[in-house]
Amino acid sequence: MDEGALMNFLANVSLLLLLIMTAAGAVLVKDLIGAVLILGSYSFFLALTWAWLGAVDVAFTEAVVGAGLATVFFLLTLFLTVPREKQGQLPRVQWPVFVGLPLLGALLLFVATDLPEFGDPASPPNTHISPVYLENSLKDTETPNVVASVLMDYRSFDTLIETVVIFTSGIAAALLLWRKKS
Amino acid sequence: MREFFIFVLIQLVILIVVYLYRVVQGPTVYDRVLGLNGLSTKAIILLVVIGTIYDRVGMFVDISTGYALLNLVGSIAIAKYLEHGGAA
Repeated sequence: MDEGALMNFLANVSLLLLLIMTAAGAVLVKDLIGAVLILGSYSFFLALTWAWLGAVDVAFTEAVVGAGLATVFFLLTLFLTVPREKQGQLPRVQWPVFVGLPLLGALLLFVATDLPEFGDPASPPNTHISPVYLENSLKDTETPNVVASVLMDYRSFDTLIETVVIFTSGIAAALLLWRKKS
Repeated sequence: MREFFIFVLIQLVILIVVYLYRVVQGPTVYDRVLGLNGLSTKAIILLVVIGTIYDRVGMFVDISTGYALLNLVGSIAIAKYLEHGGAA
């Protein structure tokens, strides 16, 4: 393993460790506003991971929506409800979980070794789909931005229904939160 | 020059870990708010440094600007929340 690959590996591992640390902190911390703040730092590390992997637009969305807007929305929700975690009865963990989940994880890791190397130019997505989009998108859709044309033209139904789902959940949340104070 | 920026990146990551300790551990909410604010100032610089290393500063400056703006909105929301008697 040469020096660049080693540095890349170390950066990936440390970023993932920070992600796991902040996620566990957000779950384990007792008061909910603290959990919101820790989730903000979690989103930042996620954005950093995307930026490190080269997915700059996803990193942009994560930094703006995850770290910025989601914090505000969580705080609004806490403002309109009670900022205390309710002590419920945690469901007891059954033994099949302890056996089954590690087995599933091992299976997933085993399958993941079959995936093509990250950034491999000979992998199927890079040889079959991407060239078609890159060559035909301007002629088919007359949109200069390839990402926009893939989202809004080639996958327009997918995007439309995603928007419907998000809109519906927004309406449901608004109906729950905007009730009259009696 | 690249080695210098990688050195800066490592220093910033060490600083971020110190702030992160305060965010996760912090006994009161105010500790967490201050920790998150300090962490985000480091984060803005860190994004620009990563962009410099990758030779794509233009795109990463956009990310860090968006992050900084939305972070200000988040800070104001937290301050308003605490002002109106949230869980202090």
